[in-house]
Amino acid sequence: MTVTESHTPEPADPSEHAALAIDGLEMSYIVRGKPRKILRGVSFEVRPGEAYGLVGESGCGKSTTAYAALRYLPGNGVIDAGRVLSGGEELTAMSASQLREFRAQRASMVFQDPVQAVNPVLKIGTQVAEAFQVMGQSKSEARVSALAALERVRIAAPESVMERYPHQLSGGMLQRVVIAMGLACDPNLLVLDEPTTGLDATVEAEVLDLVRDLRSELNSAILLIAHNLGVIRTMCDRVGVMYAGRIVEEGTVAEVFDNPSHPYTKGLLNSIPRRGLRKTDRELFAIPGSAPPIGADLPFCTYIDRCPIATDICRSAVPPIVDRSDGHWTRCHHADRIGDVPEPDEVTVPYDIGTEQVIGVEGVSKTFRQRGHEVPALVGVDLGFAEGETLGLVGESGSGKSTLAKTMLGVHAPDEGGAITLRGRKMADKATSRVTESVRAISMVFQNPDSALNRAWTVRRILQRSVVKLTGIKGAAADKRVEEIAEAMQLSPRHLDMRPRQLSGGLKQRVAIARAFAGDPEVVVCDEPTSALDVSVQAAILNLLARLQNEERSSYMFISHDIGVVRYLADRIAVMYLGRIMEIGSTATMFDGTNHPYTEALLSAVPNVDGVAEDRIPLTGSIPSPANPPPGCVFHTRCHRAIAGLCEVTVPEMVELSPGHSIKCHLTVEQLQEPIDVDASIISAEAAALLD
Amino acid sequence: MTSSQPPTETPAADPVEDAKPAAAAPIAEGKKQIRKEQLRVLYTSPGFIVGVLIVGFWILASVLPGVLTSFDPKEFVEAGPRVKPGSEAWLGTDKNGWDVYTRVIYGARKILTIAPISTAVAIMVGTFLGLIMGYYKGWVDEILSRVIEAILSIPIILMAIVIIFTFGRSTTVIIGTIAVLFVPAITRTIRSAAIAESDLDYVMSAKMRGESGFFIVTREILPNVVGLVVVEGTVRLGYAIFTYTTLAFLGFVGGNITDADWGIDVSQNYEQIARDIWWPSIFPAAAIASLVIGVNLIADSIDKAVKS
Amino acid sequence: MLAIVTLAFLLVIVTLIPNIAPGDPARKIAGGTASPERLIEVTESLGLRDSVATQLWKLVKSVGTLNFGDSFSVAKGEPVMSLVWTALGNSAKLVMLSLIVIVPLSILGGLITAYKKDTWIDRTIINVGIAFSAIPDFVAGVFLLAFLAVPVDFFKVQAAAPPGSSYLTQIQHLLLPVIAVLMVYFGYIARVTRAGTITALDSDYTRTAFMRGLSTPDVFRKHIARNALQPTVAVLGTQLGYLFGGMVALERVFGYQGVGNLILRAVDRADYPVLRAGVLAVAIIYMLATLSADLLVAYMNPRARQSLGDN
Repeated sequence: MTVTESHTPEPADPSEHAALAIDGLEMSYIVRGKPRKILRGVSFEVRPGEAYGLVGESGCGKSTTAYAALRYLPGNGVIDAGRVLSGGEELTAMSASQLREFRAQRASMVFQDPVQAVNPVLKIGTQVAEAFQVMGQSKSEARVSALAALERVRIAAPESVMERYPHQLSGGMLQRVVIAMGLACDPNLLVLDEPTTGLDATVEAEVLDLVRDLRSELNSAILLIAHNLGVIRTMCDRVGVMYAGRIVEEGTVAEVFDNPSHPYTKGLLNSIPRRGLRKTDRELFAIPGSAPPIGADLPFCTYIDRCPIATDICRSAVPPIVDRSDGHWTRCHHADRIGDVPEPDEVTVPYDIGTEQVIGVEGVSKTFRQRGHEVPALVGVDLGFAEGETLGLVGESGSGKSTLAKTMLGVHAPDEGGAITLRGRKMADKATSRVTESVRAISMVFQNPDSALNRAWTVRRILQRSVVKLTGIKGAAADKRVEEIAEAMQLSPRHLDMRPRQLSGGLKQRVAIARAFAGDPEVVVCDEPTSALDVSVQAAILNLLARLQNEERSSYMFISHDIGVVRYLADRIAVMYLGRIMEIGSTATMFDGTNHPYTEALLSAVPNVDGVAEDRIPLTGSIPSPANPPPGCVFHTRCHRAIAGLCEVTVPEMVELSPGHSIKCHLTVEQLQEPIDVDASIISAEAAALLD
Repeated sequence: MTSSQPPTETPAADPVEDAKPAAAAPIAEGKKQIRKEQLRVLYTSPGFIVGVLIVGFWILASVLPGVLTSFDPKEFVEAGPRVKPGSEAWLGTDKNGWDVYTRVIYGARKILTIAPISTAVAIMVGTFLGLIMGYYKGWVDEILSRVIEAILSIPIILMAIVIIFTFGRSTTVIIGTIAVLFVPAITRTIRSAAIAESDLDYVMSAKMRGESGFFIVTREILPNVVGLVVVEGTVRLGYAIFTYTTLAFLGFVGGNITDADWGIDVSQNYEQIARDIWWPSIFPAAAIASLVIGVNLIADSIDKAVKS
Repeated sequence: MLAIVTLAFLLVIVTLIPNIAPGDPARKIAGGTASPERLIEVTESLGLRDSVATQLWKLVKSVGTLNFGDSFSVAKGEPVMSLVWTALGNSAKLVMLSLIVIVPLSILGGLITAYKKDTWIDRTIINVGIAFSAIPDFVAGVFLLAFLAVPVDFFKVQAAAPPGSSYLTQIQHLLLPVIAVLMVYFGYIARVTRAGTITALDSDYTRTAFMRGLSTPDVFRKHIARNALQPTVAVLGTQLGYLFGGMVALERVFGYQGVGNLILRAVDRADYPVLRAGVLAVAIIYMLATLSADLLVAYMNPRARQSLGDN
């Protein structure tokens, strides 16, 4: 069943000089003795000094391709056909010792999770030095080189870092260390596999800045694997869009992202909110169906089942490569009909926000006790939720977002004096002592549906329990209600008798949302509900949430690190830092240019899918420990606009800049609007000095 | 062509992601599909089949020994004492002139009564304690954890000897002793599973819904650790047989030293091995070995099926 | 810290034993035909006239001074501690020799099976290992007697060499029990090592090391070993304690006078002082062994070092 097909036309022969040339690579995984196709003929090349991005949803084969670039195969992986070349040498034909030599001297790879990528029991210095020792340096030479390498990745006080163990460093620091090790051999080829996934946006921006800066110093080619389109756009020269083990479109990032020519690329780009899109403008495009399973026999277009413009010809043959413009091509039978791909639906129903406050968070503080120390996780939080309103909540991890959610839902009792109110009446602190009316008023959708759904229960039982417990409906009426809710979530009746593990990620999250709506809640707390999902699935979930809100008139507290998604969905946005609300305002005012310095830095950290990265305001160091918050304004230690003598002394009051838009800052509007000029590399170096 | 690298698990997110069933395929199946799949894994595993055959034989021996032998365990057979295995007596006769084969068959009953009962008691108590400790944590957990630690610091056999010596060698005491001594290990296993479950968001969700602790423990968490309980139970059954036969060998199970009991028979006859009369002790010893191996084969297969 | 709590708990149990035992412990010792005067005398020397609290305090003092008085019946009139020390010495010989054989073999087995995961070599080694480890130690011992000691003259039926034998002869006599211990422990330790090694092999840092161009032996030596063997070390710590006191039946098969055997005899003859001292000795060894294992793991793993400091 080997699929034969034409390879990338340009250049016909893999270039002698390409840092990496993958030529017609076909790979399978042997699962229970049977080969399952994962790569169905992948061809591309990365030229010296170039940054090439591979983008695609999970399961498309991009990581497998990344590993193949260094000829690292999992135990059950086999190369069926094709070649991997670097600098004209064929990796696929190398002996084990040649391959070791190649990896030691000419190529490096950086993995997704820096915490996993370093050996937990060895000092940083030992590990970095080892990278030089494999190149033949002596122990003392390697140590000197290691110091220089750490300096190169803007780590301040490298001597002290060398003596530390991995668990003593923050994730961002570790990723720098990993990059330093990767650059040890001054590689011709650097493969970065999702290098910033799992890092906070501010840290991600720092790491990306570093890689960008290093590119000008080195002449290594970069192969960057990422599912985040913004990261690819800001980091790469060219991009290949992968789908089901094939590259379906390739070109410069500007060409591909602004002028997509494959229905999949177009769908992918339409599934994320771009250019300040709001829920009131139009829906997001949810690519229908799901990717073909690994190993499926697909001697034709892999995207056929989800393609809106597919015809019979698409099922008859693998699509040819169609050139769009110089170096931009697509693998589609209907490249000329790309305009026929429908745009997402315009939103016609108006979003109507009530005026009365339904749920209130009033002066809520939460102090934990840890070994006799008081750790204030929330400090004086005031929030209100009107009917049908979405409040976006953003902030780095550790800012107290989840503690706020748990306090609202009665898992933690707030400190004396604070209260959660329902239509002005105070609720009991703990969920177990709340009356049903209060319990059903607030519900929650969790980040990870695998954890949030009881895997021993059927979907029906999960929903039924919430209906019975929260509404008091019993028996047949409850059954009927369960079916109604499921239908509203676009779950079919057969899904009801399944258990969570039989459902895909998107369906599981629908079940979780259904459960959250079972009690007809006033406020649904959504804690990163789409961050575990692929973007095309995320789009469907966000559409569903928006639609449900309008139908059910519930409010959302939408916690997310994805500013684009928050901007799309939220009516108001609150920014949290160290358990305090630093800024709150309508979504429009948050993006009009006058912000709290923290918000300013957060917003500038977002890798923009629409164009080149703007100048980024780096945040110095990581979030301070809540157990030991800085005096004065808690943000002053990282603030690029801090006023000496004031900010570290006086706690700023919440000031209303315009109706509904308030910030906790000493600076005036004029001061806040002054453009700032920060040398990124210097700040990063300082940032690095602050060890966790 | 394969890589020169050592076999590792699949490295990338991709294959792991792909290992998950695509949405379309499994949806059409019924809700019992997972269970059926697991059972199929179980039934087709050779270890399980062999284990069931072995254990099944001994269960038959303990329920209906008369079907497998026509002698009585204390019947002086015609061949006389110390006859080698052969046509007169399949597995030979011992110093009393008793048929070794018959004694092995009859010896299954006591062990297959005591071991399962004590295991069942231990599993029930251990599961209960483990769930409570793992979910509620707090000072009860602290104290019980110390007690468990203390009991685990003495080898089970030694502890059993001391307890049986203290309370007498009755069957009830033996069952109780084995049960009590197995509770700590079971509790510890179930407790850590319950802690892991308690950290999952479905438990958080139940708390947010205002569910009682009792409901969360028995309805939400318990169903998710049942597989583990079954595995633990089978493994402990193996250890219970281990422990009981050792106690019998050391003479701590009461009754009469002439009773048909594998452990006792080994202890009564092993000294004659030096005089080359090996059969009266080796065959009961082999019976013990076969039973524990059988039980362990089953435990191992169940473990694999639960994890599949 | 925790070890102290555990020890305190055990002291209470050990004190309670003769007090809650049904029947008169004095009669058990003195025998059914003993005169009433003799019974009173025995009761008094056992300290059973005192309140339980006083008995406990006396026991604590005994532990502190390492003086448990004299034996009643196991070796009448001899100091308990001298019996315990002799038994501990014998057990230590057996345990040390066993460890010397078991540790390298089972770690090697674990590494090989992890490296050859899911091949026939892996399955064979692991399945045979598990099967053997399920078998009671005395059963393994009896098999060895019948199939090695009797036909092969080199192997000895008695584990204790005649007094005054050379070290080599002593080792020769201990071979069979060591093989029996190996049968019981190999599968268990190999399986723990295998699991730890598989986790380490499957980690990104191992992958990084391979990607860096290190050879397979170097990756094992520099990156895998210290991570993979942590669980093995922890398990060895607990099992070392069990080896000292848990081989009661095996010691009996080979007629070896270890701690297990001493406690067994103490129970048979209702010799409370010896019983108490023996049980406490086993518990203390267990605690020392697990403590050393914890320290060793802390040496191997900087994060464990931190949490150890927290306690």
